[in-house]
Amino acid sequence: MRAKTTTLFQKEILIQALKDSVKKLNPKTMVKNPVMFVTEVCAVITTAAIFQAHPGETAGFIMQISLWLWFTVLFANFAEAVAEGRGKAQANALKKTRTHTSANKLEEDGSTAQVLAEDLRKNHIVVVTAGEIIPADGEVIEGIATVDESAITGESAPVIRESGGDRSAVTGGTRVLSDKIIVRVTADPGESFLDRMIALVEGANRRKTPNEISLTILLSALSIIFMTAIITLKFFGMYYHALFSITVLVSLLVCLMPTTIGGLLSAIGIAGIDRLVQANVLAMSGRAVEAAGDIDVLLLDKTGTITIGDRQAVEFIPALGVSVEQLADAAQLSSLADETPEGRSIVILAKKHGLRGRPISEFPQAKFISFSAQTRMSGIDFGERQVRKGSAAAISQFIGKEFPGDVKQTVEKISRSGGTALVVADRANVLGVIHLKDIVKGGLRDRFTRLRAMGIKTVMITGDNRLTASTIAAEAGVDDFLAEARPEDKLALIRKEQRKGYLVAMTGDGTNDAPALAQADVGVAMNTGTQAAKEAGNMVDLDSNPTKLIEIIEIGKQMLMTRGALTTFSIANDVAKYFAIIPAMLIGLFPEVGPLNIMKLASPDSAILSAVIFNALIIIMLIPLALKGVKFRPMKASVLLRRNLLVYGLGGLIIPFLGIKLIDLLINLFGVV
Amino acid sequence: MDIFGWIQLVLFVAVLLLLTKPMGIYLFRVLEPGEKTILPRVFGRVETFLYKIIGIDKDREQNWKEYGLALGLFSIIGLFLTYFILRFQNHLPLNPQHFGAVKAHLAFNTAVSFATNTNWQSYAGETTMSHFSQMVALTFQNFISAAVGIAVAAALVRGIARHRSQTIGNFWVDLVRTILYILLPLSLILALFFVSQGVIQNLNGDVQVTTVTTLEFQAGKGGKDGKEIVQTIPQGPVASQEAIKILGTNGGGFFNANSAHPYENPTPLSNFIQVLAIFLIPSGLTYYLGQVTKNKKHGWSVWTAMALLFLAAVLVCWYAEAQGNSRFETLGLSTNSNMEGKEVRFGVFNSALYATVTTDASCGAVNSMHDSFTPLGGLVTLIDIQLGEVVFGGVGSGLYGMLIFIILAVFLAGLMVGRTPEYLGKKIDIYDVKLCVFIILVTAFFILGPAAWAVSAKWGVSQVNNAGPHGLSEILYAFSSAAGNNGSAFAGLATNTPVYNIILGLVMIAGRFLVIVPVLALAGNMAKKKLTPPGSGSFPVHGLTFIILLVGTVIIVGLLTFLPALSLGPVAEHFLMTGSNKLF
Repeated sequence: MRAKTTTLFQKEILIQALKDSVKKLNPKTMVKNPVMFVTEVCAVITTAAIFQAHPGETAGFIMQISLWLWFTVLFANFAEAVAEGRGKAQANALKKTRTHTSANKLEEDGSTAQVLAEDLRKNHIVVVTAGEIIPADGEVIEGIATVDESAITGESAPVIRESGGDRSAVTGGTRVLSDKIIVRVTADPGESFLDRMIALVEGANRRKTPNEISLTILLSALSIIFMTAIITLKFFGMYYHALFSITVLVSLLVCLMPTTIGGLLSAIGIAGIDRLVQANVLAMSGRAVEAAGDIDVLLLDKTGTITIGDRQAVEFIPALGVSVEQLADAAQLSSLADETPEGRSIVILAKKHGLRGRPISEFPQAKFISFSAQTRMSGIDFGERQVRKGSAAAISQFIGKEFPGDVKQTVEKISRSGGTALVVADRANVLGVIHLKDIVKGGLRDRFTRLRAMGIKTVMITGDNRLTASTIAAEAGVDDFLAEARPEDKLALIRKEQRKGYLVAMTGDGTNDAPALAQADVGVAMNTGTQAAKEAGNMVDLDSNPTKLIEIIEIGKQMLMTRGALTTFSIANDVAKYFAIIPAMLIGLFPEVGPLNIMKLASPDSAILSAVIFNALIIIMLIPLALKGVKFRPMKASVLLRRNLLVYGLGGLIIPFLGIKLIDLLINLFGVV
Repeated sequence: MDIFGWIQLVLFVAVLLLLTKPMGIYLFRVLEPGEKTILPRVFGRVETFLYKIIGIDKDREQNWKEYGLALGLFSIIGLFLTYFILRFQNHLPLNPQHFGAVKAHLAFNTAVSFATNTNWQSYAGETTMSHFSQMVALTFQNFISAAVGIAVAAALVRGIARHRSQTIGNFWVDLVRTILYILLPLSLILALFFVSQGVIQNLNGDVQVTTVTTLEFQAGKGGKDGKEIVQTIPQGPVASQEAIKILGTNGGGFFNANSAHPYENPTPLSNFIQVLAIFLIPSGLTYYLGQVTKNKKHGWSVWTAMALLFLAAVLVCWYAEAQGNSRFETLGLSTNSNMEGKEVRFGVFNSALYATVTTDASCGAVNSMHDSFTPLGGLVTLIDIQLGEVVFGGVGSGLYGMLIFIILAVFLAGLMVGRTPEYLGKKIDIYDVKLCVFIILVTAFFILGPAAWAVSAKWGVSQVNNAGPHGLSEILYAFSSAAGNNGSAFAGLATNTPVYNIILGLVMIAGRFLVIVPVLALAGNMAKKKLTPPGSGSFPVHGLTFIILLVGTVIIVGLLTFLPALSLGPVAEHFLMTGSNKLF
């Protein structure tokens, strides 16, 4: 489903969201968001106040305040509805892939029966042949087949699925291209992979994450404090026999309550999961996304994650008396027929030594010996020459004698450095050595540096010996490595780090990764992996890209940062609102407090209305930020804090002064009050 | 704002800074289990003996509930003891003036007041309390209420610093060691110093003296017009009470005039030492925090944040008092400086300094009458208290109050670094947030609620001596002082009535124990958690950014709550004074 990035505001989503934001006014729904619930109650109170205007207040003024308070609630609902709408749009895209198929169910007596895919249950056995769609999530128990998984992953190249081993999991909705497989169903309808994904993006089973709960408590407490301040203000006014109007008090309360963050909080959470889905990652819970932001240690498999799967030729080291060109020439010749990635990398390296590529057709007479696992050697025979390249042991056998001293030393040196040495010989003459080594994927070093800047430690896991491991670890720039690792070592390492108080993330695909995936705080299973791995982890990467973990962490961090930034902004806003409303309230009582009106707002009514309007509009203006998330750059926490505090803290102090003043100018220009 | 003021201010901050580290190290030695002080020979035996009679094993630590229970029981017993001594002082020794029993509501108010480290005084000491009451009931409470505060702070700091621990220390050990090793020795030194400055220390009854000059305005009272006047001068064990009054941020004076009285605070030097002694332990506790949590930079950052808040407050207060009132000049005075209610030997600066220090810390001792300050000067003292007295603050209570703000600041801004907020390696969870907001709510609730009741009820307004916004300020100040356990007053309010005494008493209990209990629960919850070693992704709790964040949080979260009420009190009064020359 390679979700096309839904543009921020699609027309259909907006229209639906408008409808939903009215529906969400239902107090039963609102009460889940205490800050906005109180705002709604305030809106109701002011609406009632229209009919019994306070002496000195016009019904028009109260009506406008009331209207903007309703808008405040609606805008907050709208933010949530838009976020949900975007999720639903993605869910619909997903649903389209869930074609209603029939399945060939294998009964116990060996016969097959046609059943509907919806009727399949866990542990049912189905037969799927070429051209058919796999009816449910399951595990291949017999056979091998190529499967087109583009419907889920967006990757067009077919993948192989076979019984046993780590490539046995199949996903419902994908299509078998060749052969026939027998699949045991592993998920009941409604619980499949796709179903869970749809439920998650639709927000149906969205539960508040721990940080979200803490924040809600804090925001509610702040609201209670401000309610105390406003209710007691009424009594303090009585000391002067002054009766502050309910409209003014309620306006002050709504302005002081953290409505900005209160209104956008759930939208931020939904948008976070949405971003993850757009990155083609399925999280089992919002909690996992939040945990991703907290990761301290990242475990990465070497092969396929840090290095590209195969070793590559990096250097020709000629034997004494042989030139590099001669060696390169022989190496190229011997590899012409070697179709393995290593062989091709030798040809490429030879090209760098000025040798043009030579097609096999140039040697019509020659006999090519292609690489095989038994001989561990490839080569070419033409004329007098018998050029071979292969492992040191194989070539040594081929030439029937020991290598000369210098070659032997080179071979040892290469092995010690963690590389692989291939020896090139022409008949009995040893020409030199080709140095093969693991190649670290491009750009990884940079990413690890960024991770380090964020305070995340990277640990490489490999089955290689310490020597090889340390070389690659140094080259890739990981902080630490675990060599000669068995699956249980991985688990032990995770436990060790967790005991130290760290949160650990890892990726995995094999069944033997399952315990570690379950133990890790964030376990990302590859979609190509086994069912066991997928169930053990709390996220599945549909692209099966192990470095995706880094993006997941960034998404998690971004979500937390967005919440923090808007909270800070929201609370900092209060200062300006005080300077708008308090002088307006007092001026009737004490005309001397005029100088307190530092914004020089035109009249008490327009001051209060401006503050209320600003408070409502700021929610709408911040919806894009809430949905997109604040800009994330990997950097040290102290730098990040300084930056964000400056932008959202200081910005939060200054912007409302400007905004309220501007609104005041406008409403007086149009003579609204 | 003259040069002498500036010199004294710089000197004050410099000496405080110098004393912080030694005091902090000493606190660490006394409070950290396993550490030893330099005084074991002298007091070690006493310590062991005390544990034996209380019947505790000093090595057995308590979880937060046990700690809290011990603290609660101890405080209640102390409360009753004080109450009964006051009620029966006429039957007890050392009562040369033959004072009668203290009335029930006043005895309740006073017992609560001293047990909660508030030292709000609805009475005049020299005409109400016998020497025995002063020494046994009140001075005793001065020691233990201060020790309780320090113990709670130590428990919270331990909770923060520990890794997966069920216990937070032993209350009895903290109490005994604090009194024995910190409060007693320092009080002894201070008391002797005060005596050297002229503070009295005796058990005599009142002395009758004939004054040298004749004062006309006293004619009606003491003597005949233009003739010698016989003045009654109360005597008593002042120096010993004075020392712990200051050191333990208690603030309850022997005399009604408190530290404005020459017998309590005779010289500029004694005044300087008093303000210094008020901040001494609270300031040292910031270093203690850094030492225990193995993050000294954090300790100093907290100190700096406090110092900045203090400087801002003292400068505004000093400025306001120095500017005084434009009407003074029209009345023919040579200066506008506000000397009303201030002692000539201290002047404007030292009065403003003392007022700021005593309200920053929850001390409540005064050397000038806050009621007579300019509206802005008075506003500063009121705000200091309403911020929760976290600017150095009361002994112990200042630190644990500030730690609540730190946790809130870290939680609010901590998300901005893209991680679950974390303070010194401890993740802040839902329970922590609940406890912290509860504490903030208690303060707001118990200041604003009763004050709103008082200003709108007859029992409240009838006791106000001043009209207009100033009267409102007086009531607001009384409840702020009670809930904040400060004890100083805008003295224009006559609070020695049954209703005021009882309600203020209840507010003091709420302000003390409804804070201490959640603080201990927080300590327990923090102690249980894993301690994550700090890394470059951890939230930085030192440096300028953190200091600004903390100061901002204290001001915004602490102040916004009270601004509406303040705007009707001192703020309005200020504009009435500057705008239309109205004074109250």
